[in-house]
Amino acid sequence: MPAPRSLFDKVWDSHVIVARDEGPSLIYIDRDMIHEGSFHAFADLRRRGLAVRRPRQVFGTADHYAPTGGRRIADARTPEVGDVIRRFDDNMRWSGVRHFGLDDPRQGIVHVIGPELGITQPGLTIVCSDSHTSTQGALGALAFGVGQSENALVMATQALWQAKPKTLRITVEGRLGAGVTAKDLILAIIAKIGAGGAGGHAIEYAGPVIRAMSIEERLTVCNMSIEAAARCGMVAPDDTTFEYLHGRPFAPAGQQWEQALAYWRTLPGDDGAAFDREVAIDASAIEPMVTWGTSPEDAMPIGGAVPDPATLPDAQRRAAAEQALAYMGLRPGQPLEGLAIDRVFIGSCTNSRIEDLRAAAAVLDGRRAQVPVMIVPGSTAVKRQAEAEGLDRVFRAAGAEWLESGCSMCVAMNGDTVAPGERCASTSNRNFVGRQGPGARTHLMSPAMAAAAAVTGRLTDLRRLATGGRA
Amino acid sequence: MTPFVRETAIAAPLPGINTDTDQIIPARFMKRDRSEGYGRYLFHDLRFDAEGGKRPEFVLNRPEFRDARILVAGRNFGCGSSRESAVYALADFGIRAVLAPGFGDIFHANALKNGLLPVALPEDLVEALRERLAAGPAREVTVDLEAQRVTLPDGSRHGFTIDAFWRDCLLQGVDELGMTLGYLPQIEEFERRALRERPWTDMGSE
Ligand code: SF4
Repeated sequence: MPAPRSLFDKVWDSHVIVARDEGPSLIYIDRDMIHEGSFHAFADLRRRGLAVRRPRQVFGTADHYAPTGGRRIADARTPEVGDVIRRFDDNMRWSGVRHFGLDDPRQGIVHVIGPELGITQPGLTIVCSDSHTSTQGALGALAFGVGQSENALVMATQALWQAKPKTLRITVEGRLGAGVTAKDLILAIIAKIGAGGAGGHAIEYAGPVIRAMSIEERLTVCNMSIEAAARCGMVAPDDTTFEYLHGRPFAPAGQQWEQALAYWRTLPGDDGAAFDREVAIDASAIEPMVTWGTSPEDAMPIGGAVPDPATLPDAQRRAAAEQALAYMGLRPGQPLEGLAIDRVFIGSCTNSRIEDLRAAAAVLDGRRAQVPVMIVPGSTAVKRQAEAEGLDRVFRAAGAEWLESGCSMCVAMNGDTVAPGERCASTSNRNFVGRQGPGARTHLMSPAMAAAAAVTGRLTDLRRLATGGRA
Repeated sequence: MTPFVRETAIAAPLPGINTDTDQIIPARFMKRDRSEGYGRYLFHDLRFDAEGGKRPEFVLNRPEFRDARILVAGRNFGCGSSRESAVYALADFGIRAVLAPGFGDIFHANALKNGLLPVALPEDLVEALRERLAAGPAREVTVDLEAQRVTLPDGSRHGFTIDAFWRDCLLQGVDELGMTLGYLPQIEEFERRALRERPWTDMGSE
């Protein structure tokens, strides 16, 4: 009898072109997703006189540099940003790659539109020159980020040299409490295992809490796998996955749907499949989380206090924490709750889907933001959906800016920046030094927590907000 | 790709852990073509203040490390964003090898494609080396890929491991894309079979 295999093993095995016992194997890549930053890869192809080998397997969208104030290149904050988008459009035309430009109704953040359009499917290998490609593993795909050299390689050959990662299963038992979300869960996981904690591993998220999650919640969890240094994050496909995919524009249809479905049902790991490592998480113990430092591992419950670096277990973390506190303008022992903030950003491939916007709207409904708030939907389709549900009116009534979709203030490439020294409550995934702009101070949290911070102007335990609106 | 065989150079101790690629090159500097050179953006916000003045305390601005071509860094170096620009910036600045207890996966892969050697060493060794380099005066380190060995300023030698595939690519400066094109017959054969078994994964060819 063949040895029981995990989800990861099955997807990996079915894509190996040339197997090597040690080091990298040549694996087949089903989909490559492209954004404006991919221009280096196109320059490489053009220099070599190579074409994109199978352009219909490649999908491009404008997101990192997309202006949020309008849908024309002229809306870009600087001419240089506009040039990057123009160059992207040129490369898309040159290559024949399917292209969702700024004014396309299918445009959006690459990891939001992949699932939304049904491009992301169970059992596929997917790369994108973006580290948060791990997001797309939520549907049972093997999806990971690559650099521009590998991006060019995939476009030219549809293949990639990859060392097989080890496997790590994170089993989440119990139940998430009221006001505790997928974002809080993944922040708690990273705080527990560390920013390097899953290095060299493919994570499979399992257990009843993951099974009970919607696809959007699973996307949030898988999204931040990379913040624990994982190669990718995956969730075994189930009926939730299949229902989600059914009828999406690039999902299989008709007889092919039945064929695909039969195959997808074989993908979940076999009983007794071995993992190199296992981690167990008790969801019931998790509280709404915020970060205090400059690494996503610097996360703690909102009721906590800024740690004293002197109490940290090792010298390296002590030194890092001291630097982080200086950068963040915080003192050891300072309570996180009540910390005054300067602005709020709700968006990014972590938390910009419709469920995220509904959660933010439920808190903002009938309340006023005390600080500037930017709400940037993850895709043009999410924007339309939110407007159809009237969420835009809730946001505007609360005084928030309701903008066009893109990466925006998650990475500040399009010029949407947090000013030096400003403190931002953000639903994105990275609180790195300077990530949201030079000198920007980022606190990561869930959409509901960011909305709660907006209406009080302070880091706030949303469970303590007086029930006013729909929350 | 520039081959890497052996390098003897001043090694600079970069403080900190989890040095992410946003630190190595801030996102706002990634709009230009590589041909313009990315070296000036390396560690930009650590090297320069808001007015563009050099921060004298930053390691690469200190006179004793001006000629550094090797970097010694803390755990999880190059974590975060997949931006290959981080490797462009290091390589264009003249850095040939980074010694650290561990690397971000994507950074590690990107480095290998660009002739920048990531050398993983035990954490206690790296920490002792960072202290020794900061104290000086001996600051020369040799990284020998052929022998898979580093020689530290105190003369001690330490082996390191690297996969033979990548070692050979680096030693010979193999162009990975060019080499992989040689596998197109295998790729095509695999593809025909895979598309027969999983026809829904084919998005068409026009
Ligand atoms: S939203 Fe942020 S993390 Fe996600 S792809 Fe865009 S820049 Fe990257």
